[in-house]
Amino acid sequence: MASTFTRMIAGRYPAALLASLGAGTVAGGLLLSDSALFAEGKRSLYPPSADFPDLRKHSNCMAAALTPAIYARLRDQVTPQNWTLDQCIQTGVDNPGHPFIKTVGAVAGDEETYEVFAELFDPIIKDRHNGYDPRTMKHPTDLDASKITNGVFDEKYVLSSRVRTGRSIRGLSLPPACSRSERREVERVVVTALAGLKGELAGRYYGLGDMSDKEQQQLIDDHFLFDKPVSPLLTCAFMARDWPDARGIWHNHEKNFLIWVNEEDHTRVISMEKGGNMKRVFERFCTGLKQVEQLIHERGWEFMWNERLGYILTCPSNLGTGLRAGVHVRLPILSKDTRFSKILENLRLQKRGTGGVDTAATGDTFDISNNDRLGKSEVELVQQLVDGVNYLIDCEKKLEKGQEIKVPFPVAQFKKY
Amino acid sequence: MAKNCHNDYKMKFSGDEEFPDLSLHNNHMAKVLTKDIYNKLRGKSTPSGFTVDDIIQTGVDNPGHPFIMTVGCVAGDEESYEVFKDLLDPIISDRHSGYKPTDKHRTDLNFENLKGGDDLDPAYVLSSRVRTGRSIKGFTLPPHNSRGERRTIEKLSIEALATLSGEFKGKYYPLNGMTDKEQDQLINDHFLFDKPVSTLLTCAGMARDWPDARGIWHNDAKTFLVWVNEEDHLRVISMQQGGNMKEVFKRFCTGLLKIEETFKKHNHGFMWNEHLGYVLTCPSNLGTGLRGGVHVKLPKLSTHAKFGEILTRLRLQKRGTGGVDTASVGGVFDISNADRLGSSEVDQVQMVVDGVKLMVAMEKKLEKSESIDDMIPAQK
Repeated sequence: MASTFTRMIAGRYPAALLASLGAGTVAGGLLLSDSALFAEGKRSLYPPSADFPDLRKHSNCMAAALTPAIYARLRDQVTPQNWTLDQCIQTGVDNPGHPFIKTVGAVAGDEETYEVFAELFDPIIKDRHNGYDPRTMKHPTDLDASKITNGVFDEKYVLSSRVRTGRSIRGLSLPPACSRSERREVERVVVTALAGLKGELAGRYYGLGDMSDKEQQQLIDDHFLFDKPVSPLLTCAFMARDWPDARGIWHNHEKNFLIWVNEEDHTRVISMEKGGNMKRVFERFCTGLKQVEQLIHERGWEFMWNERLGYILTCPSNLGTGLRAGVHVRLPILSKDTRFSKILENLRLQKRGTGGVDTAATGDTFDISNNDRLGKSEVELVQQLVDGVNYLIDCEKKLEKGQEIKVPFPVAQFKKY
Repeated sequence: MAKNCHNDYKMKFSGDEEFPDLSLHNNHMAKVLTKDIYNKLRGKSTPSGFTVDDIIQTGVDNPGHPFIMTVGCVAGDEESYEVFKDLLDPIISDRHSGYKPTDKHRTDLNFENLKGGDDLDPAYVLSSRVRTGRSIKGFTLPPHNSRGERRTIEKLSIEALATLSGEFKGKYYPLNGMTDKEQDQLINDHFLFDKPVSTLLTCAGMARDWPDARGIWHNDAKTFLVWVNEEDHLRVISMQQGGNMKEVFKRFCTGLLKIEETFKKHNHGFMWNEHLGYVLTCPSNLGTGLRGGVHVKLPKLSTHAKFGEILTRLRLQKRGTGGVDTASVGGVFDISNADRLGSSEVDQVQMVVDGVKLMVAMEKKLEKSESIDDMIPAQK
């Protein structure tokens, strides 16, 4: 091994480095000193400017925020788990984005990412979350579903209601960075906790690698099964490694509370049902989340959360509440009105096709959900969605009767907490 | 390098907890990797930070195909083959017909040692091609290299190729800078390589930062072509229509040696050692890294019951004309050498030349409804 080492040194490095080696070369392939010396040589041969990515054709939040100066300061930093900036931004380098859709272009490998690389992530967060400043603002968390008013929609229009969020287990690396044992530990922690749920929340876990063909077909028919990510936004962020190891789906027997394990986040928590009772969907969501949190506390675990960023998730776009509350709603007349987009914008809502993000709407049925995630609490966002959907239905009804509709005033941005 | 192994952190967890689930896998890595080997290697890292998990990630993510035996691992740098020899030596042995850790590989790029090869019947042999790969010493390999390294490799390659003259005078087209016209021309010439979509490559980290520092160089005559920073630092290809493999191989050897000279002058020779020959990203390409082949019409022979047997004995393999994993169209096959390590470039191209000559003769016999039983070769 010593000969391999000296061959490498002679082949690669300036003579100056040879002098600094001294007599400390020990045989063996492991050698932290090998790596440290290599890294030093690397830094002198390749200053940050040599590695700065070519972002000229890029239009994502990372490309807008990353400057050569920021890169130079952060390139050689690591989180306590040795996660690097290059790893955070790889997905954004590999996916230039689309001129109409601004993707985020960076992911976190662990909770500390948002601190160690704050110089990059803070402007990204500001850009994505309407000017939210993690340095000066606080994010409110409120999972008291009883506060929701007018949360039952007219089922002539609303076909189904759904709320989702994500939760990360503190102390374990996130999907881009986690090792197989960490991922398996996430699965163990979550599945053990879920086994403690009772009553209408009692349910069962299906490991992706272990399910029978019959179980798989049932999950597909229920629209519960998630598949190996094919989107390069996720694969370039290393989230599909070791698939399907330690991935799975849990759902209650009633099939209205569902948890994905180790997909894009440690957990994705979904409450859903047919019809327009968003209040009940949100109640179950909050109850379920609180019970799961209690169950993991009993074993000494907790969710990643802090008062600046709320719940910590893999993608900066999901910080805060990580919450997307939405409905499938029929709006045949309103959707053809030229003011539809503006109305949605002012209500801080977004439309998607009923296949989910990036699908087109079929017919007159849309997936309408909240735009915002950070800076407003869960209750505020769900209420905003409820008020907004009620407004849309009201517009539709007015248009049915040939009455006039109005574009509403824009909903207020965050309060100061 | 782009990857940081964060291996020290992973060492907190036990080898058993980290060991991959390979129960559904059928690749060389899965056949060889045991918990013992994994435990022995998981604490190690090459000087540039490549670890055993990095080596095997592509094999973990791609269980393989029941009929095709993929390798399931890649090297991140030259030292990978040393530091992880406990895993890679058995894989190399498995993949390269029992090649032992003590075996020596012979390199022979003297085209004059090839006998014949200029008389393959052009009515059957439509085109001839020889390709190989080369890695540049002093840089980590495509699964691991940083943008800075990759760009330096590109810069050195452009400089080296610009010194070529005569039949080797040519031009470099960076992937991230060619005009639409240039792009269309390269597509029409079947020269343009695209961003890898195969998960065998993407899971090994080879498509990172695409298309930064990737490009294609070819000579004006369009018979000698170099890919920069695709699956290897360099892929070198010599090709032409028709059956004159001798000429293709001559150009291949001459061009390669000229390029190597230029890199050596800049103190960046190619990665080579007397045990593994030319060191490339995938263990399947060690040795010569050479695939020499023809597109040949064998409609009758290919449906003969002994076709597979004949190919095996001749140490050849068949592919469809779209390349690896494609089916043949109209009885036309891509026939090339199966071996890479343990025999020289001349040996391997000789096998193609002799084998194809024999198979064309068999095809002609079958056209006349004559038997080929007395022509079946012995195992080479």
